Amino acid sequence: MLWSDLERFGRLMDPLQDFERMHRALSRWGSPSSVDFPAVNVWLSGDTAVITTELPGVDPKAIDISVVGKTLTLRGSRESEILKEDESYHRRERWHGQFTKTIELPFSIDAGKVEAGFSGGILHMNLPRAEADKPRKISVKSV
Amino acid sequence: MADAAKETLKKEVASQEKGELTRQRRVFTPDVDIIERKEDIVVIADMPGVDEKSTDITLDKNVLTIYGRVEAVVPDKHTLYISEYGIGDYQRVFTLTDEVDREKIQATVNNGVLRIVLPKAEAVRTRKIAVTAGS
Repeated sequence: MLWSDLERFGRLMDPLQDFERMHRALSRWGSPSSVDFPAVNVWLSGDTAVITTELPGVDPKAIDISVVGKTLTLRGSRESEILKEDESYHRRERWHGQFTKTIELPFSIDAGKVEAGFSGGILHMNLPRAEADKPRKISVKSV
Repeated sequence: MADAAKETLKKEVASQEKGELTRQRRVFTPDVDIIERKEDIVVIADMPGVDEKSTDITLDKNVLTIYGRVEAVVPDKHTLYISEYGIGDYQRVFTLTDEVDREKIQATVNNGVLRIVLPKAEAVRTRKIAVTAGS
């Protein structure tokens, strides 16, 4: 699609542009200037939560994901290079160590159906809403 | 006990001075570790979302440019609830000194971590010089 086409359709926006626009808006509105590591992005639909986070160089087998009710806890670690005697750092900017992150979602999760994938250093999680937590339609009988 | 990892924010490139991209993409500066070893210099850069096919490393005269392209994957039919990081490409530029052997530079990408090994040129490696008794 050409950019001009998108403009013409006004409301129809490329989902990526939408994400970037919302990210900028959300960051501006009173969110803290620093964020607990690791930074996450969370998307919601009526039935699922999708969470992504960047964990480059972390061993996926060593990432601990636990879900209790509406809370997701992520744990993991990454060690830094062990240098030999005659080696030294010119620069050291990358993070290393352990991390724990807790995310509170607006609905309870079905822990048994959580799926997580790791690719290119990005952890991608799919968390379905617990059945018991889903809204029920209540029929109104006329009396 | 390992230290708790400190929080880090992705550093966005303030302005793309060196030739803007024609597409509207955000560009971030990846964190790097640079280690000097006996025979080489190792540059390690965190570039999650990048693999060996989406990395460009170019050496022009003394300038080493690292560029990683990231395809953002945004789920369909979902609304953004929490957004703590932005998604975009990575770029970092270094000026190398003469001590690097350009022909033998090697780069690998593993789980979003780029590792470049820059071997030191022969002339620069410290040599032990044998001392013989003079006559």
